[in-house]
Amino acid sequence: MLAYIVRRLLYAVPILIGVNLITFALFFVVNTPDDMARMQLGVKRVTPEAIEKWKVERGYDQPLFWNGGAAGLGKATETIFYRKSVRMFVFDFGRADDGRDIAREITMRMGPSLAVALPVFLLGLFATISFALLLVYFRASYLDAAGVVACVAMMSISGLFYIIGGQWLVSKIWHLVPISGYAEGLTAGKFLVLPVLIGVIGGIGSGTRWYRTIFLEEIGKDYVRTARAKGLSERLVLFRHVLRNALIPILTGVVVVIPTLFMGSLLIESFFGIPGLGSYTIDAINAQDFAVVRSMVFIGSCLYIVGLLLTDISYTLVDPRIRFQ
Amino acid sequence: MKPVLLWSDALFFLLIAVAVGGAWWGRRQAHLRAGWAQVWTSRRARISAVVLGIFFVIGCVDSLHYRPLLPQEEGKPPAHSVEVLSALDALLMPLKANTEKTYSAPLANELFAKETLDDGSRGFPALKYPGAHVFGTDKVGQDVFYLTLKSIRTGLLIGTLTTLIMLPAAVLLGIVAGYLGGWVDDLIQYLYTTLNSIPGVLLIAASVLMMQVIIDTHPDWFATAAERADARLLALCAILGVTSWTGLCRLLRGETLKLREMEYVQAARAFGVSRLAIMLRHVLPNVMHIVLIAVVMDFSGLVLAEAVLSYVGVGVDPNTISFGTMINAARLELAREPMVWWSLAAAFVFMFAMVLAANLLADAVRDAFDPRAAK
Amino acid sequence: MSLLGVRDLSVAIGALMPVDGVSFEIAPGETFALLGESGCGKSLTALSLMRLLPPAAHIARGEVNFDGRDLFSIPESGMRELRGGGMAMIFQEPATSLNPVMTIGDQIGEVLRLHGGRPGRVSELLEAVGIPDPERRATEYPFQLSGGMKQRAMIAMALAGEPKLLIADEPTTALDVTIQAQVLDLLKDLQRQMGMAMLLITHDLGVVARMADRVGVMHGGRLVEVAEAKAFFRGPSHPYSQRLFAALPENLAKPASQPQDQTLLEVDNLAVHFPIRRGFLQRTVGCIKAVDGVALKVSRGGTLAVVGESGCGKTTAGKAVLHLLPPTAGTVQFAGQAVTTLAPRQMQMVFQDPFGSLNPRLRIGQIIAEGMRAQGVAGEVGALLEQVGLEASMVARYPHEFSGGQRQRIAIARALAVNPQLLVCDEPTSALDVSVQAQILRLLRDLQDSRGLAYLFITHNIAVVDYLAHNVAVMYLGRIVEQGTVDDVLRNARHPYTQALMAAVPRIDGIVGQRLLVPGDPPSPANPPAGCHFQPRCPHALAVCRETYPEATALSGSHAVRCHLFAA
Ligand SMILES: Nc1ncnc2c1ncn2[C@@H]1O[C@H](COP(=O)(O)OP(=O)(O)O)[C@@H](O)[C@H]1O
Ligand code: SF4
Ligand SMILES: [Mg+2]
Repeated sequence: MLAYIVRRLLYAVPILIGVNLITFALFFVVNTPDDMARMQLGVKRVTPEAIEKWKVERGYDQPLFWNGGAAGLGKATETIFYRKSVRMFVFDFGRADDGRDIAREITMRMGPSLAVALPVFLLGLFATISFALLLVYFRASYLDAAGVVACVAMMSISGLFYIIGGQWLVSKIWHLVPISGYAEGLTAGKFLVLPVLIGVIGGIGSGTRWYRTIFLEEIGKDYVRTARAKGLSERLVLFRHVLRNALIPILTGVVVVIPTLFMGSLLIESFFGIPGLGSYTIDAINAQDFAVVRSMVFIGSCLYIVGLLLTDISYTLVDPRIRFQ
Repeated sequence: MKPVLLWSDALFFLLIAVAVGGAWWGRRQAHLRAGWAQVWTSRRARISAVVLGIFFVIGCVDSLHYRPLLPQEEGKPPAHSVEVLSALDALLMPLKANTEKTYSAPLANELFAKETLDDGSRGFPALKYPGAHVFGTDKVGQDVFYLTLKSIRTGLLIGTLTTLIMLPAAVLLGIVAGYLGGWVDDLIQYLYTTLNSIPGVLLIAASVLMMQVIIDTHPDWFATAAERADARLLALCAILGVTSWTGLCRLLRGETLKLREMEYVQAARAFGVSRLAIMLRHVLPNVMHIVLIAVVMDFSGLVLAEAVLSYVGVGVDPNTISFGTMINAARLELAREPMVWWSLAAAFVFMFAMVLAANLLADAVRDAFDPRAAK
Repeated sequence: MSLLGVRDLSVAIGALMPVDGVSFEIAPGETFALLGESGCGKSLTALSLMRLLPPAAHIARGEVNFDGRDLFSIPESGMRELRGGGMAMIFQEPATSLNPVMTIGDQIGEVLRLHGGRPGRVSELLEAVGIPDPERRATEYPFQLSGGMKQRAMIAMALAGEPKLLIADEPTTALDVTIQAQVLDLLKDLQRQMGMAMLLITHDLGVVARMADRVGVMHGGRLVEVAEAKAFFRGPSHPYSQRLFAALPENLAKPASQPQDQTLLEVDNLAVHFPIRRGFLQRTVGCIKAVDGVALKVSRGGTLAVVGESGCGKTTAGKAVLHLLPPTAGTVQFAGQAVTTLAPRQMQMVFQDPFGSLNPRLRIGQIIAEGMRAQGVAGEVGALLEQVGLEASMVARYPHEFSGGQRQRIAIARALAVNPQLLVCDEPTSALDVSVQAQILRLLRDLQDSRGLAYLFITHNIAVVDYLAHNVAVMYLGRIVEQGTVDDVLRNARHPYTQALMAAVPRIDGIVGQRLLVPGDPPSPANPPAGCHFQPRCPHALAVCRETYPEATALSGSHAVRCHLFAA
C-alpha cells in the first residue's frame, strides 16, 4: 500500500510539471515579459532600460523554457519557467498584482470556502442518495417516472437561476436571511444557510438521477436475486446488499471532488459575497492577475491528484477484492 | 446586399450537412435504424425533437448573414453597412427596429419608470410602440423577445460546434490509446490526466483571457465587429472542446480495451488485417454508440456552461447576444423596486425549453443505444 | 401426498408465453429433473415457484401448491418466509450469485437469522458442504474462493433454512467436470441426509441420469414428457426426447476418415508466461505459466483434441500456435516451415462464443470477405456459405439475425475463406445446445473429409473428443500430462488425472461404479505445487511426486504419459 501511494505521488510530479507548462504556455505565448513590464509600468513612455530593470527585478530577464546560452543543466534551469515553477512546488506563490502575498491570502480564504462547500457536499450527498433510494424502492411506478422527469427538469435549469431565484424568494419576499455577506464565527450561520441550501438544491437533479442509474444497474445483478431467494425483504435487499455494492461506483465520482472542496464554488461565493477562494478566483480572472490564476491552477491540480489517490484508497475500504490484493 | 459567411456559419452548416449525410448513410444501417425507431416510439422524445427542431430552424435562419446596402449617396459608389445582419433580423425587422427609450414591462403601453413628461408633470411616458413588446424591453429599449430569439443561435453553436471540434481528437486518441497500448497509451493517458487535473473553469478562463488578448492586439484581422465577436465565440467553442474531450476519450479507451479482446478482432488479426483497418472496421463502428450518446448528452451541459461562463466574464463577447449575457445584464435589475423580471423570465423560459428538450432526447437516445441501459 | 404440485403454470412476457401450461408434481425427498435446451423456459418455471420472476414477466395462469398451501394466494410477507425457509434455490453462476462485498459467513448468517437458525451453525454448514477450515472460510469474501467452493457456499446458504424443497438451476453448468462430480455427489448426499426434495434444472442428460428419480422434458415452454428416470433412459417416448438422445456425440455415427502420415503442425516446448507485476515500480515479481513447455503434433487431415479443465491453458496454447499471443519460448513448425509471425494464412481459428466472434456492425458478406481481401485470395462468398450449410442469399444480413449455431457456421465459413489447411477450434460447440452441437460437429467432420482439413480441437467435453478426434492430448496446469490416440487416452487412460477426468463425466447409462473422485480444485498456475502439479489431488502420489515433475514415458508408439508411476 505504502509503495503504491509513493508511486502515485511520484507520478504526480510529471503531471504538475505538465500543468505548469500549459499555464505558462497559455500566458506567455500572448504576453511576453516585455508586454508585462509595459503594462505594469504604464503604457506611455517607458524606456527600454526601465523595462529591462523591471524584468531583472522580477526574474523575467531569462528565456522562457530553454536557455541555449547556459551550460549543462542550466539550459533547463536558468529559465523563467523553471524558476517560477520550482517555487510553486514548495507552495511559494509570490505576490499578486496588488502586492498581497498569495499564499497568505489563500490560507485565509480557505475557511469561508469550506464553510460553504463542505455542507453543500455532505447534505447534497445525503439528499441525493436518499431520493435515489426512494425512487429505486418504488421503481417502475408512477412515483419513479415522475421523479425522473422532475430530476431532468431540475437538471435543465441553469445554476444561475437557482441562485437568483433563491436570493429573491428567501431574502426579498420572505425576509428570512441576509441576501449576501459573511461574518466570522457563529454568526456566519445566518449567512450560510441560503448559499448552502441553494447549492444542495441545484445539485439534486443530476445527482439523484445518476445514483438511481447506479442502483438500478446493481439491482439487476445475480446476487440480488440470491438475496431475494433467501427471503429478505425488499428494504433489506436495498440497504444491506445493493447499497454496499453501489458504493463502489459512487466513490469513483464522489471522492475525487472532496479535496477540491477547498477551492470553493465560484458562482455561489461571488453571488453571496463570501470571501472564499471561489470569489478570489473570479476576481483574479476579471483583473487578469496571472500570478493568482496560476497559483489557483496549481493548487487545483494538486488537490485533484490527492482526490485520485483518496479514491483509490477508499476503494480498498469498501471493496474486499482490492483490499486483499 | 452583400452575403457574409462568418466562420461559425460555415461550421454550423458543415455540421448540419454532416448530420444529414450521417442520417442518409445510417438509413441503411440496421442497428441505427432500429435505434432511432425506438427513440421515436417515445412521445417525450418526439416532442423534444420537434422543439429542438424549431430551435435549429431559428438558428439556421440566424446564420445566414449579410451586410445591407446603404442608401446610395449621389456620386459615390454603392456602400455596404458595417453592421452584419442575419436573415432572422430581416424577418424580425419590426421587433429589432422598434426600440423604446428604456425598460418597459411586457405588453405595456408606457415606460416602466416615471419621467418628467413634455407638459412638465411627472408620469409614465407613452411607448412608441404600445403593446408590441411581448416580453417587454430592456435597459436600452431593445425588445426582449428579439434578444431571446437571437440568443438561440449562440446556445446552439456552443452546444454543437464544441463537440464537433473535440470529437475527432477524442475518438482518435481514445481508440489509438486503447488499441495500441504501450507508450502511446501512457502518453495519451498522461495528456488527459494532466488536462483533467486543471480546474475546468480556470483553464477556460485563462485560455479565453489569452484569446481575448490576441483578438485585441490584432484588430486588423477582423473587418467588422460581428467577425470579431464570432472569432471569440469560436475560440470559446475550441477551448470548451479542449477541456471536455478527456471524458469521452477515457470512455472510448476503456471500451476499446474490451473490444480489443473480442473474438472478432482476434479473428481479423489472424487474417493479417492491418491495425489501422481493424481500428476502422471493427473498433470504430462498435464504439459509435458511445460517441452518439456523448454528443447528445453534452449538448445541454454546454448550453448551461455558456451562461455561467458569460456571467463570470469569460464567455462570449459581451456584444454577442446570448442567454448568459442576457442574464448577466438583467440580474442587477432584480434589486430595483418594483422589480424588472421579464428579461430573466424570458431567458429562463427559452433556455429551459432548449435544455430540457435536449436532456429528454438524450435520455431516449441513451436508452435506445446503450446496451447496458435498463430496458 | 406430493410436496409440490404445479398445475397448468403459464408465464407471460408481453405477448409471448415462454412457459405454457406446465404441470408436474414432486414428492417429499424425491429428485425431479427438468431437462431442456437453452431458452425452453426451465428457469422461468423455477423462478415462478419462488415468485421471483423478472419485472417483465408475470404469471398468466396456473396453480402451485406447496406443502398444502396455495402459493399464489400467499401475501408477499408470507412468501418471504417460504423463500429460503420452505424452499431454497441455488443458481448457475456461483461467481456472480454471491454478494462480492460480504463475507461468506455473513451471507449464510443472514439466512439463519431470518429463518430461526442458530448463528453458530455457519461453520457446521460449511463443514457439511465439504469446505475445509470452515471457521476461516466464513470470514472470507467470495472472490477468495474457487468456483467449486463458491457453489458449495451457495449450497450451504440454501441449506441454512432447512428447506423441504431445493431448487437447483443448472448448479454445475459453470463448473469443471471434476468439480461437477464433487458437487453432484454432495447434493445427493445432503438430500439423502435431510430428506429434502429437489427440483434439478439441467440441459445435461448425464446429470439427469446420475441424479434424478423422475424426469420432465421441456421444449418450447411446454412439458412434453414426464417419466420415471429408469424408463426414460431405457427408451424415451416423445419424439423430441428421442432427438435429444440421438444428438449426443456418443450416439453419432462415426465416419472413418484417417489422417495422412505427414506431419502438418509441429509444436515444441511452447511456453506462454504472463508477467505478474507488483510493488513500487511495478517490477515483475513472478509469472503465470499459462502454457509451460507443450509439445504437439497434428497430421495432415487429422484431428488432435486438447482436453483439460478451464484455466489449464488450452486457449492460450491455441492462440500462441497462431501467434495471436507471443509465445515466451518454443517453436511452431507448419508444413516444415518455422512460424515466427502472425497470420500464416494456412492456419485459422474458430472461437467459442458465437456472439462475440462476429462483428455486429458488418454484414455476413463483409465478414467472410475480410480475410480473402487481406490475404488476396479469390473466392466466392455465396459458395462458402453453401458449403457450411447456409444459403448464398444470406450475405447481406447482419449477425444478429442468426442463431448461435448459424453464427458458428458463419465463423467456420470465414475461416475457410482463405483456404487454410489447419483450423484451431477453441471450444466451438461449448456454447451450443446438444442438437446444434451435433450439426456443427457433423459439419466439421464433413469438411475434414472433403477438404482434408486438419483440426487442433480445444475442448473440455470428452464426448465430443471421441466423435471427432484421432489423437488426444490432456492438459493440466499448462502441461500435457497424457497424449495418444483416442483409444489410448479415452479407453486406456493411465495418468491418474485422465482417469479422474473420465470417471467424472456423467454418463447417460448412469454408471457411477468404480468412481474415482479427485478432491479439491486445480491450483493456480501462478503458484503451481512443487513436483508433479497433480500431486496434491492425486490418490496415488508417491514421495518422489512432491520433488520432481515427471518426464514423459512412452507406453507404446503412440501413447505417452507424464507420471512417476510409469517411470521406467
Ligand atoms: N492475458 C492474460 N494475462 C494474465 N493471465 C492470463 C491471461 N490470459 C490467460 N491467463 C491465465 O492463464 C491461464 C490459462 O488460461 P486459458 O488459456 O484461457 O485457459 P483455458 O482455455 O484452458 O480455460 C489461466 O489461469 C488464466 O487466468
Ligand atoms: S506423478 Fe505422482 S502425483 Fe503426479 S499423477 Fe503421477 S502418481 Fe500422481
Ligand atoms: Mg478457453
